[in-house]
Amino acid sequence: MHRLLSFTKKEFLHIFRDFRTLIILFGIPVAQIMIFGYVITTDIRDAQIAVVDQSHDEITARLIDQFDASEFFNITRYLNSPDEIGHVLRSGHIKQVLVFEPDFGTGLIRNGTASVAIITDASEPNTGRLLASYSEALVARFNQGLSKTNAMKIIPMVRMIYNPTLENEYMFVPGLITLILILICALMTSITITREKEFGTMEVLLVSPLRPIQIIIGKVAPYLVLAFVDVLLILAISNLFFGLPVKGSVALLLFESILYIGLSLSLGILISTVSQTMQQAIFISLIGLMLPSILLSGFIFPLENTPLFYRIVSLFMPPRWFIIIIKNIMLKGTGLKFVWKETLVLIAMTIVFISISAKKFKIRLE
Amino acid sequence: MQRLKYLLQKEFIQIRRNTFIARAIVMIPIAQMLVLVPVVTFDIRHIDLCVVDQDLSPLSRQLVTKLQGATFFRINKATFSLREAENAMDAGKADVILNIPDHFERNLIKSGAASLQVLINGINGSMAQTSMAYLSGVIMDFNRKIVMEHIALKPVVPSPQINPRTRYWFNPELDYKIYMAPGILAVLVTAIGFLLSGLNLVREKEMGTSEQINVTPVKKHEFILGKMIPFMIIGIVDLAFGLVLARLVYAMPFEGSLPLLFGFVLIFLISVMGLGLFLSMFANTQQQYLFICFFFMMIFNLMSGIFTPADSMPVWAQHVNLFNPAAYFIRVIRMIILKGAGFTDIWRDIVRLSLLAVSTTVFASLKYQKTI
Repeated sequence: MHRLLSFTKKEFLHIFRDFRTLIILFGIPVAQIMIFGYVITTDIRDAQIAVVDQSHDEITARLIDQFDASEFFNITRYLNSPDEIGHVLRSGHIKQVLVFEPDFGTGLIRNGTASVAIITDASEPNTGRLLASYSEALVARFNQGLSKTNAMKIIPMVRMIYNPTLENEYMFVPGLITLILILICALMTSITITREKEFGTMEVLLVSPLRPIQIIIGKVAPYLVLAFVDVLLILAISNLFFGLPVKGSVALLLFESILYIGLSLSLGILISTVSQTMQQAIFISLIGLMLPSILLSGFIFPLENTPLFYRIVSLFMPPRWFIIIIKNIMLKGTGLKFVWKETLVLIAMTIVFISISAKKFKIRLE
Repeated sequence: MQRLKYLLQKEFIQIRRNTFIARAIVMIPIAQMLVLVPVVTFDIRHIDLCVVDQDLSPLSRQLVTKLQGATFFRINKATFSLREAENAMDAGKADVILNIPDHFERNLIKSGAASLQVLINGINGSMAQTSMAYLSGVIMDFNRKIVMEHIALKPVVPSPQINPRTRYWFNPELDYKIYMAPGILAVLVTAIGFLLSGLNLVREKEMGTSEQINVTPVKKHEFILGKMIPFMIIGIVDLAFGLVLARLVYAMPFEGSLPLLFGFVLIFLISVMGLGLFLSMFANTQQQYLFICFFFMMIFNLMSGIFTPADSMPVWAQHVNLFNPAAYFIRVIRMIILKGAGFTDIWRDIVRLSLLAVSTTVFASLKYQKTI
């Protein structure tokens, strides 16, 4: 026991002595949470739009005012002719151009109809589609105002559940915890273990009085502690800076986190048993784990929209299950009743990974 | 000049001999284009809708039928209890709940207005916004239709109508893949320039071979150039390879000028390689460099606007992005490929990025000491 303690202490010292390792352990979580919290927004407010008003009448002026007053649009340029549209949209910041035909006002009065062209920069399809549908809705509302018969108005009363003001944090904090844990636990443990192998010091450890299981525990224990500290850190920052609550039980959340940390550590051990050099371990962790946990967990990209094949692949990704658990507990405030299935999946995966690595771990010298 | 030639020869031999790097250079663009691009999508295929029709009138049924026909909505569940619908949302089975209250039709006809309750899962903000926009579109359309039908019964002058005609430029099919493909390629080129060049220099340090070079007559700038040029070539070849793949697999258009793009990439590569070489001076082992590099690459890529529109970032972040080479690259590569932007559209970016490239390279050369 004493041996194990001093070995673990040595591992801790290794970590704390290297500022570059500390950057990964604490710099990345803090930087990521700040960037996601303060910089990245997926919602669209005040998109810059331009107007080509060839009609200059009272109705176009009113409609343009409506656009400018909307929280989604901000009219920043008036163009003189439709020929300028190409240049304006190509060179960047303007996302949409409204074009009123020359006889817009007279046509509306004489024929009862007139058309406005809404030209949207759709190079980013979501923004394009969203801006177009906001514009169409705005014109439709304007039409309702024009009609003399005020009868039969359907009023949709919209309410956002779980996240009433559509804050970004609700989406990214669970994803971030999932990502950081897998990064620290799997990548870092697999690197430290393969490092010993590559430098030949693993042989030294194996001939020492420490038993193989103690070596592994000593290597892994510091990361278990540090990963747990990171969970607390992320939760604290997201609560203090962004006011993100934990709606469900904190104890349950921490318990599930420890379970997931255990799973990630067992993955790290597994990676270290199959790779010979640090380069390989890094490559497997980054390409085999990091990328899938960003892409196939529903962290940034909603899973329901990926092709079927990848949805099947995602079933084997631990982050996918943990993210469901954590979203349920933190944001929806549901209890174990809603996440017991996912919890069982995590436990099963841990058992599988540990038994494979136990089988593969070589305690003999080659 | 002669010395530089030999240095370059040595670098290429080393890269070719390292099977791992050599394989990665060929395989990664293929894997990225074929595997990543289809996954990295915000494309919304369908929204799971749960309908609570408490009115069960002809009008409410008509509305439900209309929603069934709408491409984006998939009615997953129909129930009479709001409680049950909310449970479905808790369990993740419904993104949107439409609650049609009792007396909906009666209120609409008698008092001229009726309300509908719409509950949207707001955890994913952008998806919630899109769902809201789609749903209000369908409801608005439905409203207009029933008003027309209603009016048709009575002889009233039709009210004036403005018809919006929407046109999607640069990506008329609203295809997410052709938007992400240039972005993913940009990440690849960044990784080559930033990671490989620095890693290579640290490797010399770790193996002790940089000391051997220090005692040769090789000049400082020759050494730095010798480290930059090979990865510059690899970066450009990989980009060209990726562009061809994207064109073949996803029919990605190429609107702009090829020389302009490659000229820009060259400036970009110089700026990230200078930065990579500069940062490599702070690491003694490849592992340490990887950690540092990983940290910076993560920040650069997240801030660059690859996933989220950079225009909606706060102003201070856009100022920070003036020093982020990846932000220029992500924006410009998409502008050139998708919008056909020309020199006049991007000259400001070219000037700024060139300044960045010059300063990082100068810093790297100043910091590099030919001493032991």
